Amino acid sequence: MQAGLAPLCPRRLHPFMGAEALDGGLDLSRTLAEGRAVRHAGLLSRDGPVLLTMAEGCPPALAVRLGQVLDTRPGISLVALDEACDDDQGLPPALADRLGLFLDLDGLAMADTAAIVLPGAAIAAARARLAHLRSDPAAQDRLTRVAAQLGIGSLRAPLLALACARASAALRGADAVQEADLRVAVELVLAHRALRLPEPEAPPPEQPETPPPQDTQGRDRTSDTEIPDDLLVEAARAALPPGLIARLQAARLARSSASARSGAGARRKSARRGRPLPARAGKPGADARIDVIATLRQAAPWQRVRTRLFPHAPRGRLLLLPSDIRIRRHEDRSDRLLVFVVDASGSTAVARLAEAKGAVELMLAEAYATRDHVALVTFRGIGAELALPPTRSLVQAKRRLAGLPGGGGTPLAAALRCALETAAQARRRGMAATLALLTDGRGNIALDGGADRARAAEEATTLARAIAAAGLPSLIIDTALRPRPQLAALAGAMGARLIALPRADARGLSTTLSAALGR
Amino acid sequence: MKPFPFAAIVGQDEMKTAMVLTAIDPKIGGVLVFGDRGTGKSTAVRALAALLPPIEAVRGCPVNSERPGDCPEWAHVTDTTIIARPTPVVDLPLGVTEDRVTGALDIERALTRGEKAFEAGLLARANRGYLYIDEVNLLEDHIVDLLLDVAQSGENVVEREGLSIRHPARFVLVGSGNPEEGELRPQLLDRFGLSVEVKSPGDIETRIEVIRRRDAYENDNAAFMAEWTAQDADLRTAILAARKALPAMATSNLVLHDCASVCLALGSDGLRGELTLLRAARALAAFEGAAEVGRDHIRRTAPMALRHRLRRDPLDEAGTTARVARQLAEVLP
Repeated sequence: MQAGLAPLCPRRLHPFMGAEALDGGLDLSRTLAEGRAVRHAGLLSRDGPVLLTMAEGCPPALAVRLGQVLDTRPGISLVALDEACDDDQGLPPALADRLGLFLDLDGLAMADTAAIVLPGAAIAAARARLAHLRSDPAAQDRLTRVAAQLGIGSLRAPLLALACARASAALRGADAVQEADLRVAVELVLAHRALRLPEPEAPPPEQPETPPPQDTQGRDRTSDTEIPDDLLVEAARAALPPGLIARLQAARLARSSASARSGAGARRKSARRGRPLPARAGKPGADARIDVIATLRQAAPWQRVRTRLFPHAPRGRLLLLPSDIRIRRHEDRSDRLLVFVVDASGSTAVARLAEAKGAVELMLAEAYATRDHVALVTFRGIGAELALPPTRSLVQAKRRLAGLPGGGGTPLAAALRCALETAAQARRRGMAATLALLTDGRGNIALDGGADRARAAEEATTLARAIAAAGLPSLIIDTALRPRPQLAALAGAMGARLIALPRADARGLSTTLSAALGR
Repeated sequence: MKPFPFAAIVGQDEMKTAMVLTAIDPKIGGVLVFGDRGTGKSTAVRALAALLPPIEAVRGCPVNSERPGDCPEWAHVTDTTIIARPTPVVDLPLGVTEDRVTGALDIERALTRGEKAFEAGLLARANRGYLYIDEVNLLEDHIVDLLLDVAQSGENVVEREGLSIRHPARFVLVGSGNPEEGELRPQLLDRFGLSVEVKSPGDIETRIEVIRRRDAYENDNAAFMAEWTAQDADLRTAILAARKALPAMATSNLVLHDCASVCLALGSDGLRGELTLLRAARALAAFEGAAEVGRDHIRRTAPMALRHRLRRDPLDEAGTTARVARQLAEVLP
């Protein structure tokens, strides 16, 4: 890749570059040494391609900055190398939305690839041709439609696809965009953004509406000479390796809500441990340590001014003022708490309680290794109880689990309330909580203990919404032998992922949970 | 390349109206645009910059002072010529340091000449103009604190190295962001006069029209700009006319009563909601050439002026927009 891009000589960025390195600034050491202002150029000060390595770790600030650069500076193009594993966070969405082409190099070995040689002359000729390529209403129309059919909301996608189609036409030496170019555009630009693929048999969702009366010219050409949109959607399907959609979707899901779902605790600023952040001005104290180097750097430029300002200060000594002091900052991740909400009611007890217990035990063992905290809420009869307050003690957890009785009604609402309270308390103590609810979803006991099915369902929904509003990442495992629509509705209200596990054993449950929680 | 013309943005009427209203009356206090990616948030803000009428300022003044007497002392502005310059629209990048926001001592002059001089920051440049923060919900806390402080007092104070610098910093705050990536602190939320939610258009014809215009802008720029510049100019004229009409805009007691009762019914915190609603309604009336503010103007500006000021209700999932609409229908039949 490097070699292929060599004639373009991309500049390399990495995710932890500061503003100075990007935009340029005063070269402090040389300025001090030479006694005149020496500036150094930033990586983004001139036009040309830029290569961002380890893009999956790109912090939001840099992503937004690069997004702005891509928006406003047509001379700069960006190649982002996303080296994330399956369950890792991918490229920040603000940046991913602005990048046109997508290549999946999964499963490709170095030996399989031929050397990339860019045909310089052909590219130059294509560039010249691009300027004269006329815009094509039919291509605009169709790419927009295909994007809509694939469930792509952003309007940048069809625009980028259009640009790609035009470039492809120019490279082929054609003077108009044709279906081959549209295909290339769909494969490279649209396919990976797809949120859904319309089933081949089913009619595309937008088609039944009456065709637009305006712009008949464009439509007619479409129906006469070119492949219908379905074939382009088919091209998108073909371009996607099996399972890619699911993978991308999982990554999206992981990103879309709090970071807790992606396996790590919430980021927080810390004065003592974690990854270092740029130093800031501040007062040293119990929870802040001085960053000596940054402080000296801060003070250095002012020495000449200060020797004039304080003529009586002894010569040859560094003059430090309180405003120079820089303190260290770090970013670390908060501890994670996994709240298991386990249904021990009669309906579950018979069939699944043993498996649920086994799964929780396995998860607990694993949580011990990943240093997560675990809490257990059980519900049966007329209420829910916090069977195990947030803990890391495996022994205690096992003992409580073993003694867990089953049978009785399903007070789902009470369980959700208990889980919400536990999570809220944990959050106040700086932990990032995640809920995992194992139930068959037949809530039939209301909050006050009355056996009123309708009220119980209503209360459960209200509490599920409260959980969603609190931003708690959650997961529902449907343990019923036959999954029911009520639980899907509850998962919708709760913003939870729903996984149906009609016949998994303890180990299967545990594996699914681990995968869903991204560990 | 000139920014995409404001008038050529397809749909997103609420966002466009909100921006035009702040251009008419900067006291409304800014716009917050929250919504999906690729819906034209940044395009609209950049287009607004080109749309705004020029301001008159002293040449060479770092804070865009209107009169020579207003120039801050530290700037040593000797020129007294008044020139017309585009309304400043300053981008506040996310990773920005405090020094760049507030301004700091000029490091270069200190190093090379041993002089103390103040180098104005982004707040100075944004004075009498706009300060735009993309992805405002990701802004670091200490920068947010600083902005809140300055937005409240309208003045930027820097104390450092024995220098004490102050200069006016009155700007319209424009923020955009994607709610999926994080929430905004309520204090900052309250600083925005208007807030709009944008969605990616669901109707396929609208989407095609967006692509068509954008494509024309990129590939047939001259013709496209020629077509739309005139419309932008019309809009600018309308904004100027509305500004002129604004001071004389009649506001009846009935309208004040309406404002108060809408805010009361919604239980919005503080009185800033009423004030903003009134100002926005007046600006809208002026823009539409009405003789006085009517109930209809209030009805149309209430969602954008109030939706971000409501207490969040965890048991109401419909969102604040729906709540505003519901109360409006009840209070202002």
